[in-house]
Order: sequence, then C-alpha cells, then structure tokens
Amino acid sequence: MSNQSNAAESRSKMIQLKNVNKWYGTFHVLKDINLDVYKGERIVVCGPSGSGKSTMIRCINRLEEHQAGDIIVKDIPLTNDLKNIDSVRREVGMVFQHFNLFPHLTVLQNCTLAPIWVRKMPQKEAEEVAMNYLERVKIPHQAHKYPGQLSGGQQQRVAIARSLCMNPEVMLFDEPTSALDPEMIKEVLDTMVQLAESGMTMICVTHEMGFAKTVADRVIFMDAGQIVEENEPEEFFHNPQNERTQLFLSQILQH
Amino acid sequence: MANQSNGQGKAKTSFWNDPAVRSVVFQLLAIGAVVAFFLYIINNALSNMEARGITTGFAFLNDSAGFGILQTLVPFDETYSYGRTFIVGLLNTVLVSVLGIFLATILGFIIGIARLSKNWLIAKLASVYIEIFRNIPLLLQIFFWYFAVLRALPSPRDSFNFNDSVFFNVRGLYMPEPIAQDGFGAVWIALFAAIAIIIGVVRYEKKYQLRTGKTFPLFFPSLGLLIGLPLITYFIVGSPMYLEYPELKGFNFQNGMVVIPELIALLLALTIYTAAFIAEVVRSGIEAVPHGQSEAANALGLTNGQRLRLIIIPQAMRVIIPPLTNQYLNLTKNSSLATAIGYPDLVSVFAGTTLNQTGQAVEIIFMTMAVYLTLSLTTSALMNWYNKRIALIER
Amino acid sequence: MSEFKPLPDQPPPPNTVGLVGWMRAHLFTGPVNSVLTVIAALIIAWGIAWFVNWGLFNADFIGTTRDDCSGAGACWVFIYARFDQFIYGFFPEAEIWRINLMFFIFAACIISMMIEKTPKKGWIALFTLVGFPIISYYLLNGGLFGLEVVETHKWGGLTLTLVIAVVGIVASLPIGILLALGRRSEMPIIRSISIVYIEFWRGVPLITVLFMASVMLPLFMSAGAETDKLMRALIGVTMFQSAYMAEVVRGGLQAIPKGQTEAAQALGLSYWKTMFLIVLPQALKLMIPGIVNTFIALFKDTSLVLIIGLFDLLAIVQSALNDPNWLGFSVEGYIFVAFMFWIFCFSMSRYSQALERKLNTSHR
Repeated sequence: MSNQSNAAESRSKMIQLKNVNKWYGTFHVLKDINLDVYKGERIVVCGPSGSGKSTMIRCINRLEEHQAGDIIVKDIPLTNDLKNIDSVRREVGMVFQHFNLFPHLTVLQNCTLAPIWVRKMPQKEAEEVAMNYLERVKIPHQAHKYPGQLSGGQQQRVAIARSLCMNPEVMLFDEPTSALDPEMIKEVLDTMVQLAESGMTMICVTHEMGFAKTVADRVIFMDAGQIVEENEPEEFFHNPQNERTQLFLSQILQH
Repeated sequence: MANQSNGQGKAKTSFWNDPAVRSVVFQLLAIGAVVAFFLYIINNALSNMEARGITTGFAFLNDSAGFGILQTLVPFDETYSYGRTFIVGLLNTVLVSVLGIFLATILGFIIGIARLSKNWLIAKLASVYIEIFRNIPLLLQIFFWYFAVLRALPSPRDSFNFNDSVFFNVRGLYMPEPIAQDGFGAVWIALFAAIAIIIGVVRYEKKYQLRTGKTFPLFFPSLGLLIGLPLITYFIVGSPMYLEYPELKGFNFQNGMVVIPELIALLLALTIYTAAFIAEVVRSGIEAVPHGQSEAANALGLTNGQRLRLIIIPQAMRVIIPPLTNQYLNLTKNSSLATAIGYPDLVSVFAGTTLNQTGQAVEIIFMTMAVYLTLSLTTSALMNWYNKRIALIER
Repeated sequence: MSEFKPLPDQPPPPNTVGLVGWMRAHLFTGPVNSVLTVIAALIIAWGIAWFVNWGLFNADFIGTTRDDCSGAGACWVFIYARFDQFIYGFFPEAEIWRINLMFFIFAACIISMMIEKTPKKGWIALFTLVGFPIISYYLLNGGLFGLEVVETHKWGGLTLTLVIAVVGIVASLPIGILLALGRRSEMPIIRSISIVYIEFWRGVPLITVLFMASVMLPLFMSAGAETDKLMRALIGVTMFQSAYMAEVVRGGLQAIPKGQTEAAQALGLSYWKTMFLIVLPQALKLMIPGIVNTFIALFKDTSLVLIIGLFDLLAIVQSALNDPNWLGFSVEGYIFVAFMFWIFCFSMSRYSQALERKLNTSHR
C-alpha cells in the first residue's frame, strides 16, 4: 500500500468497521456498526451518554473487544492475534477524557516512554521527538515538571503530545474536553484544530459542536448503540434527517 | 484488501500470538508446576518416612495417649486415645479464645472510646496504652505475666485469701464451684423463658411505638425479669445447688474450681494485646462517621443517647465489624502461643506432645492447620457476605 | 449611604483562653470529667514516681555479678553484664566487628531512604533489597575474603531477630508481587492457585508454620539435602509472610486507576511492560506504609522462633533468666526486651503513619 501514489492514498480507507456488535453481558452496546474512515478524514461522533460512542472508539484500538463483525485498521484486521493488536496500537493514538498521564513520570518521560519501550528508539532521539511535539502543543517549558503540577488543560495537551510521539496515523479522542474547566477547553480545542489542519486522521467523541462545525468532514450521531445519522456538518446541523437527531440537537444547542 | 471476514482473519492468527492459546498454555504450565512440586515432596516424604520407619495414616488416633493434660474440659486421663487429645486441645483453644474475645472486646471498646474523650488526660492515657502494648511482641507479654508476675505469687500455704472462699497463689486461682442438684433444670427453663418474654416484649414495644408514637421503659424491667424469674424459680424449687469450697490439703488446694496460671497469663496477655488493636479499630470506626452526622442529629433535636443509638453507632459499626472480626481471628490464632508456657491448647497438646510421642508429623500438622484454616475461611466467608449485604443497603 | 466601619476587636472572656481556658476545655468540663482527670492524674503521678524510683534512682547499673545489686530497685547489672550476648548472640568475640559493620550499612541505607532529599533513592532501595542482603550474608556467615565461617547456630540475640525479619520481608516482596498479580489475573487457574496459596498461609498461625518448617520440611526434601534450623525457619517465615505481602501489594495495585493501564495499552505497551513501567512504580509508593506495617508485625512475630529452638533476642534473655547466677531478674530482663522491640516497632509505625499522611495529601 505504502508505495502507491498520493492521489490514490488520499481516498484509501484507514479504518473499516463492518457489522460490529458488542455486548456487556446481555446488554447490547454496539449494534451493527458500519463505518469507513478515509485517510486524512476528521470525524466527530456525538450522541447522548450511554449511546455507545466511547465503546465504539475504544474497540478501534482494542481496549474493548468486539464480539461480532470486523474492524480493520490500515489493512490489519483486529483479531485475537496479539501481533496484530500491537501493530494496530502502534498506529492508533488515543486521548482520554481523564488524560491518564502517568503521575510518577515527568512530562518528558511520559512522552518518551512508549517510543523507547515500544518503538525501541534511542533515548536521545525520543527526547528530541518529544520536545518537538511538546513545542507544537505549546508547553515545552513544562517538560521537566510532573503531571500533578500542571493544569487540566495543560495535562490534556501533554496527553495529546504523548500520543503523537508514537507517530500514529490515526488519533482517537474520547471526550477530551469533558473533564476540563470551561476556560481550559479552548486551549485543548486549539491544539486539536491545529492537528486537524496538519492532515491527521481523527475520530473525536465530543460535545463541542463548534469544533464539529469548523473541523469535521463528517458528523456521526449515535444513540442506543447504533449510528442514527451521518452527514457533513453543514447538513447535519441545519438539516438533520432523523427525528432523534433533531431532538438531540435542539436540546444541546438551545443554551 | 481481499480477506476481511472475521473467520479468515482468525485463520491468519499465528498459534502462539492468540491470547487464548497463551493463557491456556500458561495455565497448563502452572498446573504442571504445582502438581510436579507436590508429587516431588510427597514422593520424598514417603521415602523419608519409610526410611525412618514412620507408618502413615490416621490409625494412631485410636492408640492410647499415655500422658496427662493439665486442664481438660471433657473427661481425660492417660488411658484415653490420641484422638481424644485432639478434642481436649481444641476445647482448651476454644475456651481461651472465647474468654479472650469477650474480655478484649470490653477493654478495647473502653480504651477506644477513651481515646476519643474530650478529656485530654484520659485520651492521652488511652493512646499511651495503645502505643505501648501493640508494639511489644505478644509472646513477650505472655512470658512477662507468666514468669515475672504469676511465678512470683506466694505458695498455696500463703495464698492471697479472699473471705476464705477465693484463693490466689502460684498454682492458680481457686474459687468455690457451684454444684447443681436435682431440680436445677427448672432454673434453666426459667432463664430461657425470661429471655423469650423479653424478646417478645421488645418486638411488641417497637410495634406499639410505630402505632401510637409512644414508648415505654424497657431496659430495667427486662433486667429485672432476666434476674428475677430464675431467682424466684430457684427458691421455689428449694435452692437445688450448693457451693463446694476449695480447701488446703497438704501442699495444695482440693475441690472447688481452679483457673490454672497458664490460662490466666495467656488470657491477660491476649486481652491486653488485642484490646490495643480493638481500641484502634473502634476509634477509627467512630471517627469515620462524619461530624456533620452529629450536627444534623443535634439540629433535628435528638437527645445525646438517641444520637448515639440511632445515628452514630449504626454507621460506626459498619466500619468496625469487619476489622473487629479480623482481630477476633488474630486472637484465636495467637492463642496458639500457649505452647510456649504449656497451656494445653490444640498446638501445645496435639502438635506438641502428641506429635513428639507418635512422630506422625504430616497427619498432625495437617489436622492442626485444618482447624485454624476452617475457622479463618468460615469467618472470611461470613465477612464477605456481611460486606455485600451492607453494600446493597447503601444503594 | 453610610460608610462601613468595622467594630474594634474585643478580648475574649479571660477563662476561655490561655492555660486556664485550655484546662477548662480539656480537663475540667463538668464534674464527672473533673473527677476522672484528678483520678487519672493521681494514678499517673504515682505510677511514674514508682517506676522512676525503681528503675532509675534506686537501681544499679554497672557491675559483673548479682552481688553488685543493692536490691532496692532494678538490677540493670544483669543486662549490663550480658549485653553483648543479647545483641550478638554467641558470635565469636573477634568477629563481632562484622555484625557492627552490617548494622552500620543497614542504618545508613534506612536513614538515607527516610530523608526526603536523598538523590537516586531508587538505587538505594534496590541496594537495600538486593545488595545489602548478599553483603550481610557474607559478613555474617563468612567464607569469603578469608572471613572465618561462623555457623548459624552461633547466631543469636538482636542480630538473629533482625536477620529473620529482614530476610522475611526482602524474600517475600517478589513472591508477594507475583502472587498479587496472579490474584488479579484474568486466567482462572493462575488466580485460583494464588488465592489458595494466600488464603492458606493467612489462615494458619505462624507457630504451626514454624512447626511445619521444622518437622515436615526435612521430610519433604530429598534425602541428603540437609538444611539447618535457621534456614528452615526462614523458609517458613518467607512462605507465611509472602501471603501477607501479596495482600499489601494487591491493595496498592487496586489503588491505581484503570485509566493508567488503558493509556499504557493504547500506547502499545505489553502486559509486563505496563506492570513494571507504569503500574508497579506507582503502586509500590502507595504500598510502603503497608509494607512497613507488615514488617512491624513480622518483627514482633520473630520472637516465636524460640519455640523451635532458635535464640532470638527474647529467647536469649529467657535462657539467661534461667542461669542459676541470675535467678529472679525476670522483670528487668523482660523490660529490656520489651524496650528494644518497642523502640523499633514504635518508630517504624510513626514513620509509616507520617508517610501515609504525606501520601494522602499529595494524592489530592
């Protein structure tokens, strides 16, 4: 795949979900999810809480296991094969709602840990890469502090830099701004917009509709474990097709 | 991008990279290692025992023991079997554990509450007690009471004499023994009847309060009934009991009830040591109830007693009961230190004397451990059940 | 609109502040409390006075035989005369410097670990857990660099107490970590094996374990493989202690949020890397108070080895008390042992409490 021309690759499929189903015990969380994500595409997933949106993106890097259907990331099918899981995780970065920075390591060590231990990069090189990304998220001067000494917004930006250090092809964002104070949301969103402009393939679970309008190529609305509607942001916000989508939008856009 | 069905994806999975396969292999290896280990030691044990001429099996339990035991709760002498020594030891362990738990709970609660007293001196005194006794090895405390204190008591001839009926000397504590005669059964029946009546009245009182909102006094009438009814019965059936007093005959006392110094020392040490831990449990349990609960109770106009009975104690008990049970378990296990001063508990009699005489190490250690293990596992199962029940109520 | 002028501060009523106020609030609140205070104060005063008179003013400290004691108070001569034996056991006098050197290294390790600002704490901890036991073994046992071999039956006193306690902790830590990981494993058989092991050893008293180690262990070994008494006791103590250690470790592991494992997995770290790079370093820090507490419990429990015939601090004093030349000084002997144990246990428990408080505040 890698040797093909740019034009072809720009429409190549990065992530495919085919009839993905998942149950927690008897509770059916994901019902026949079908989704193709193309390289460079930015997708925003929204929906009420409990609709399965987090579960869906957590399936993409196998933090959760799906029980039926196929998930294929960059030609690699996600099966029980540990090798495949490892290689998928290497290509897919993830940012969590609660940052999940490692509190016993400095910001810099947080960023270099995976490149050193997973990519087997020399420490010096890993640190250069890390500093480069920390500059991009605008906190290079905090590199030697511990996560506990940073504000929530700064921590989340470090978490983004930490994922980027693995040089992933796809970034997953699981409600990255939900745990932040209002004044810190903007700095994280700015970082994400900047990342989107650089051409990164992104899937974001978020309630930030402003972000969806400006950045997303497609917006996906989920409820009760299924994809209810997917459309371009313009259409999605101004002309929602489904009744459930209309209700949801009217509720979150009223205020 | 030809083959993306899950089935084909799985087919591509190399055998060793499937976590399910790995987990099965690991677990088989683990079982293999455990089984191999046990086979190895069993094999060694069998050949070693053969070399030393030890027969295996539990047949020795029927052989006659041929040694006496200092304190027995059931009839025992040299002619009884080794199996009987197991029972005797077990009962002695139960005796010291039950007494120890009873005393340590009382002392521990007093000290734990004193530790939280508003009186600075009392609180300090309690915390000094806790810090001293829980940081000194129990065995040392047992030795102290046994060798330094009780061994220093006078000989039977110069006993401490309380009213010519209770004597305290180096051989132990001698007390009059109540001996029941015909007709004493009626007193027991009266006692149980009193308990049954009290339970009934308490239930009725609750219903009565719910219906009318009024309460009536319960505590003192109940206490009166509990003591009075058996007492009246006792006199009606003609006082069917007499006290047998200990008498000094020769160098020692005869008749009466005797508490051997080994038991006294063990009880003192176990009580004092465990009480220090129970006090800490009680303190942290009470402190775990937020101060706001007291304030809310006061603001609602509950009296001090009601506040404690209805609000503080029920919440504190939830925190206290699991670690308290743990302390009871510890006390029971610690009672095995009896062997160091010769109190005839399970370990001392069975895993000590009987083991030395028969050489049946494997069987005896196995039986001894099984007793403690059963007790521990039962208790922790009960605690799990209790914790689950509490967790459900919290929802 | 009128201007706001704060009223000047008034002094509080005189009997609510200062010493008088403190005493009213803490000692003499109401009649019952006042009576309690007076009674407690009298008991304390009487107790302290008696103890100081007996143990200090009327006591004799220095001498060689019991005739050096006047008998009016405590006879610390007994301790003085036997002190070396209580600390070093039956170690040859010429070799005692080896024990002192070991104590010195140990103290240096512990103190540098307790001081907050020490650099490279991780390496010191590693040395204490791995390097120090090896060095101590050769210091005590000898056999290397021309050091005379001292057989284990000559080890005794406080030295032996410390050896058993430290070996018990150091050896049980790795086993405990494996058991704790096993107990949290998703593989049912690994989990069952761990649970059975942990619950078995936690369910039985240490005495039965020591009995088992001393009478059953020789049966379990293949013929010819002899172990000495100390070694058997150490094996018993380690197996017993590792079950308790496992529960401490499990408590620490449980305190690490699930997000940490998830983040590590999302970065592509394997199970063992996740454990050793992310989870255990954080959990170990949380576990230190628990480890210190089990160490205290083990330290006190080492006294039980006297039942299987080893001469730890308590046993050596106990046997000295039976010396016909020194009969009748059991109170002094026991107070001495109690004081030694108490100093160790109390300071360790204070340390672990302080650490717990620090962890509680820093994890907000």
